[in-house]
Amino acid sequence: MKIQRLGAMASLALVGSIALAGCGSDNNTGSDTGETAASATGAASSDDCFDGTLNAEGSSAQKNAFEEVGAKFSAKCTGATVNYNPSGSGAGIKQFLAGQVDFAGSDSALKTVEKDGKVEADEAAKACGSPAWNLPMVTGPIAVAYNVKGVDKLTLTPAVTADIFQGKITTWNDPKIAAINSGVNLPATAIKVFFRSDESGTTENFTKYLKAAAEANWPGEPAKTWDGKGEGKAKSAGVAEGVKSTDGGITYVEWSYAKDNDLGVAAIDNGAGAVQLSSESVGKAVATAKQTGTGNDLALKLDYATKEAGAYPINLVTYEIVCSKGKDPQKQKNIKAFLTYFGSEEAQKAIEEIGYAPLPTEVQTKVEAAIDAIS
Amino acid sequence: MPTITGRSAVDELPSADGRPPLEADTATTGRLGDRIFGGLAMGSGILVITLVALVGLFLVAQAVPSLLNNNANFLTSREWVPSGADPRFGIVDLLWATIITSILAMLIAVPLGVAVALFITQYAPQWLSKPAATLVDLLAAVPSIVYGFWGLKIAGDYFKPVAEATSSVLGWIPFFRWDGTPSAKSTLAFAGIILAVMILPIVTAISREVFAQVPITHKEGALALGATKWEMIRVAVLPFGKPGIISAAMLGLGRALGETLAVTLLLSALNTSDAFSFSVFGGGETFASRIANDAGEFDSAQKTGAYIAAGLVLFILTFIVNAAARVVIERRKAFSE
Repeated sequence: MKIQRLGAMASLALVGSIALAGCGSDNNTGSDTGETAASATGAASSDDCFDGTLNAEGSSAQKNAFEEVGAKFSAKCTGATVNYNPSGSGAGIKQFLAGQVDFAGSDSALKTVEKDGKVEADEAAKACGSPAWNLPMVTGPIAVAYNVKGVDKLTLTPAVTADIFQGKITTWNDPKIAAINSGVNLPATAIKVFFRSDESGTTENFTKYLKAAAEANWPGEPAKTWDGKGEGKAKSAGVAEGVKSTDGGITYVEWSYAKDNDLGVAAIDNGAGAVQLSSESVGKAVATAKQTGTGNDLALKLDYATKEAGAYPINLVTYEIVCSKGKDPQKQKNIKAFLTYFGSEEAQKAIEEIGYAPLPTEVQTKVEAAIDAIS
Repeated sequence: MPTITGRSAVDELPSADGRPPLEADTATTGRLGDRIFGGLAMGSGILVITLVALVGLFLVAQAVPSLLNNNANFLTSREWVPSGADPRFGIVDLLWATIITSILAMLIAVPLGVAVALFITQYAPQWLSKPAATLVDLLAAVPSIVYGFWGLKIAGDYFKPVAEATSSVLGWIPFFRWDGTPSAKSTLAFAGIILAVMILPIVTAISREVFAQVPITHKEGALALGATKWEMIRVAVLPFGKPGIISAAMLGLGRALGETLAVTLLLSALNTSDAFSFSVFGGGETFASRIANDAGEFDSAQKTGAYIAAGLVLFILTFIVNAAARVVIERRKAFSE
């Protein structure tokens, strides 16, 4: 009896300590800085690696890229761990401003206009004690993905795309679609539009594209919430699944999801001929983007209406938002080491394989210079 | 009366022959173990009540500032623009989707659950009733995301002919109208069916317990009067179990109202320009699914407050349902004693 009770208590203590240990490792953002600094000064012989943990949070659009690069980085630098919590751009920026994470990932650059009484860029500068920079690291093309039986090649113009997503074109053999797809046998299937029911940077960028390239056909303002027609599904996985299981379905979704689900991807004709979605065509479009930030703040403005031949216009550039001059020099050094690797050809090549597009050379050079200037 | 240490009122009163009430070691209660256990029990009780009160308080405190900024009627508006310079948000769509899916789930799960419980307690042979009961209980242990995926990937495809048949026969009633959008597996009706499967074990388990408690004398009395088995169940088992069935249904309803993951996976959200539809073959979002869906983008206090206000309505709704269940259970106790 006594032994039994002792055993029960021992196992209780064991479970308790495991549970507590679990809590500890979850919440180490605040406390690990000292530890990192101590161990890193001893071990870091080169600037490429460090010992310790970096925590980042934000956009789910760059989650796969981040995990890929993070894993590769940890494999290269044993002792370095990079965690990414894909909780959404808004949450990521919020955590960054609160000093809970080392840097944020976001679908859009820090806003310089007031929203709900706060200017994000100013808040970030206050939190960092120096201006925060937007560094474009991951380009994620948005595919117009469809599933129509018997159609494996489709071209869309901005106006027709807008009409489809506005519910004005309702069948696949509509003359407007047929006119730009000569030679394709289009069935009379009804078009089923799927949109993201959660707030999403993908929706924002896609509606920005429609507004810029086909203003007459897209009455709404670009926003994170959808204001076209169709049925809403949660997250990228939801819309991709919706299209996959529905004959006649169409949606806008990150390229990787379209690839994973074997969905058809429409070529886009912005006026200079149909452009297939590929990493080259995406790179071409990103290269035409204008820099709206100053100096090393590389916030970009994509030219969605670009008529450059061979440039795929619907893209999502996701940023890493970092302090230009942080309060903790060692931490900044670690961030610098990781981002340098992120911007390297090796890492960019790796994310290309999983459905992202590498940065075009012009942008990459600027990003490298900006990362070098982090202190 | 300090009853938490297990003392009854009798201990506090002088006995009939005038002796003072028993104290300390002379009493059968009031020992150290009693006091420790009593204190722990009371502490746990207070903790739970404080937690619920704090949750309620937190929800109200967070929701009120946003509600004050709201430029639309919170209870009747269909808009949902919770942030920006002109926040406008209302819950009517959410309320409709939440309630209609839960009611559908109840309509299916309660009769089915009662029937299963009757079979297990009254009809099934001994060797079958135990494993059957365990199997049904096992359904309760399946995580809700599994139900969601099962609905989305497998069961959903079989619902299409059902939806087509129902809407072609009864489509003239707005309640059953369906034009093929959203797809059958993403409708409120199908979400209700999946919810029914999820609450079935709750309804079955509680009904089973109640039916098992029907006094054998009642049943034998009915049979002795010449009742058939069905008549015996009708006159003896069901009336005795009725309050139990009601409370089982209420507990199931509480679960259905708050179910999140499976519903988020299944339901198709409406777009902002869709007209309000009374059809069960429409899309929509429940309170829980909308909050879960947007949780990643809570970037301002105003916006968070709007969602918390929606959460508050859900909290109140489940609170009412559970309170109703409590009342019914109390009433049943009064009957059976």
